[in-house]
Amino acid sequence: MSNTARANILARLREPQRPECGFSERDYLSRYDWDTAERVKRFTERMVAVRAEVHHTTADTWLDVVSQVCAAKGLNNLLVSPATVLGKQIHAQADRFPALKTYDQPIENWKQELFYGVDAAFTGTTGGIAETGTLIVMPSADEPRLMSLVPPVHIAVLEVDKLYTTFAEAVQVQGWVQAGMPTNALLISGPSKSADIEQTLAYGVHGPKELVVVLVE
Amino acid sequence: MITQFRQTVRANLAKPEVRANFYRAMDGLMTRRLDQFPDKAELERLRTQSMAIRANALSKLPELLETLEANLIRNGIQVHWAETAEQGNQIVQAILERHNAKSIIKGKSMVSEEMGMNHFLETLGIECLESDLGEFIIQLDGETPSHIIMPAIHKNRIQIAKLFHEKFPDIPYTEDVDELTQMARRILRDKFYATTVGLSGVNFMVAETGTLCLVENEGNGRMSTTAPSVHIAVTGIEKVVESLSDVPPLLSILTRSATGQPITTYFNMISGPRKAGEKDGPEEVHLVLLDNGRSNIYSDPELLATLRCIRCGACINHCPVYVRIGGHSYGTVYPGPIGSILEPQKAGLDVHGELAQASTLCGACSEVCPVRIPIPSILNRLRYDGVRKDTSNTHTVGSGKRRTLSEAATWKTWAWAATHPTIYHAGSTLATRFKGMLPTNLGAWTTVRSAPKLAESTLHQQVKNLGVDHE
Ligand code: SF4
Repeated sequence: MSNTARANILARLREPQRPECGFSERDYLSRYDWDTAERVKRFTERMVAVRAEVHHTTADTWLDVVSQVCAAKGLNNLLVSPATVLGKQIHAQADRFPALKTYDQPIENWKQELFYGVDAAFTGTTGGIAETGTLIVMPSADEPRLMSLVPPVHIAVLEVDKLYTTFAEAVQVQGWVQAGMPTNALLISGPSKSADIEQTLAYGVHGPKELVVVLVE
Repeated sequence: MITQFRQTVRANLAKPEVRANFYRAMDGLMTRRLDQFPDKAELERLRTQSMAIRANALSKLPELLETLEANLIRNGIQVHWAETAEQGNQIVQAILERHNAKSIIKGKSMVSEEMGMNHFLETLGIECLESDLGEFIIQLDGETPSHIIMPAIHKNRIQIAKLFHEKFPDIPYTEDVDELTQMARRILRDKFYATTVGLSGVNFMVAETGTLCLVENEGNGRMSTTAPSVHIAVTGIEKVVESLSDVPPLLSILTRSATGQPITTYFNMISGPRKAGEKDGPEEVHLVLLDNGRSNIYSDPELLATLRCIRCGACINHCPVYVRIGGHSYGTVYPGPIGSILEPQKAGLDVHGELAQASTLCGACSEVCPVRIPIPSILNRLRYDGVRKDTSNTHTVGSGKRRTLSEAATWKTWAWAATHPTIYHAGSTLATRFKGMLPTNLGAWTTVRSAPKLAESTLHQQVKNLGVDHE
């Protein structure tokens, strides 16, 4: 069925005389001349506007800040990869954090625990976008897709030198097309929210209720 | 003749609560969109760019679909083609049967509404769970969406609170939006935990990389496409764009036009099922490409612009007709201006052609459309197709089916008079002479307006009296 359908649809699309489309406007790029300080400022403003928490830290202080955030939120546990550069540092100082959990098996083996027993997840990011206040997250075997989705709190680290001005710039500079797309790539701009009831914003519909961004200079 | 459409409109106009709900929501959406585009010149550049991106994709549609398919298959995504909604539903059914699935959890998808998928699957005994908060609400009430972006916009908080209390009597009554949302979260989380097949729509498909993109705020789209072991995406064949660099500008203008957000919470780019070594994500990803009348629209150089639509809903939010009659009056899946051009073309002018009539052609829709679809011109064209005698030059379904003898005769007589000056002048002079005899009761028009009055003398005479000797 599908094969005949395919042939029929494509044949119908090939029938008409198609208009040429030589629009050069397709390549238009919004340009902003923002230095790092400006990018950090814009990013922070946007994130805070959608109720994300943003902490400005350095390579020396970020670990302390993550530890304080966990304490302040009274987290019972934290899901952290033991394999990433940042995750290793947290695991190395496990006594400063709530009980650390690892995503070390396929979801099928521990779905119940992930869905109902994890308070927060910590992940890295591939970059950020200043214009919209956005994290770029590319889940991997070390930091699977559901980490930034299922636990009620998501704590993410963003290195300031990977904060781009626009989405277009990030795609271009990071060479997404040349590198090949990962199975899943995400732009995350705040905690999960909905305005489906009377246009009133409510947070934490299906994804995290809280998003904590730790900016590292 | 009082048509079904007119009856529904009349009934809905008589519901002040629903009208107030629409009014409040549309007002807010218009303001928020405006706030997103402080620089008018930049907005116009972005609209031209977005139009160009979509027009470019359509100009290469069959080639791009083939490239897309090849790249999706290379990425491990299974591609299915459906000429009709029925075929699309059967493809979904076959996948569900292969996995022995008795239920399916859905992220928001207007194309699945278009396919009537819930109804189809439910007759087979398969449960369909809507997980978008708005869709969840209307599913509880057995309703259809009244807006393509905000499906439950016709309901207010109190109505939703009562509905939840009726359907979940064990949970205490609340009118608090946060608490209502958390109730839905808990109920649906259990469903996400237990359901093995997820379904979603698609906002853009990228031919160059074989990527399916989803735009959303809640996470229902991410959940439906990530937690279950099978993900089925359904979408229209027109949703493809050529390259990844086409996506950022479209995403930006989509979210700003739709809800006045600089970006939504999630932009989800899916380029494959779970790879070896990965620990989550679906084991299988399917894409169902639906035609359902789109290739016919494609065959007309003027109507083709309909397919540029990125379903932002801005035309709906700005439509003075929609805000008054509400989304359910249209009796179609897509309401508002986009519905009024799309639905008659898909179902036929004999079925939904009346929608093209229900417009003042004010142009508010085309003024805000991010891809510059000339909606009023298309409405006009569909009106013409509906009544044209010679239908050999058009492929629009149902062309000529709205032609009535009396209307045709009226216009024929008028055309004859207007092209015979002596007759025309005699007629207009007579009309001004006997204007006192014109009726003051002109049916519906004069229930809220006074009847138009003819001038003392015809324009020709007035011009002559002014001493103008050329025309
Ligand atoms: S017709 Fe234009 S304004 Fe209306 S939904 Fe489509 S893209 Fe948006």
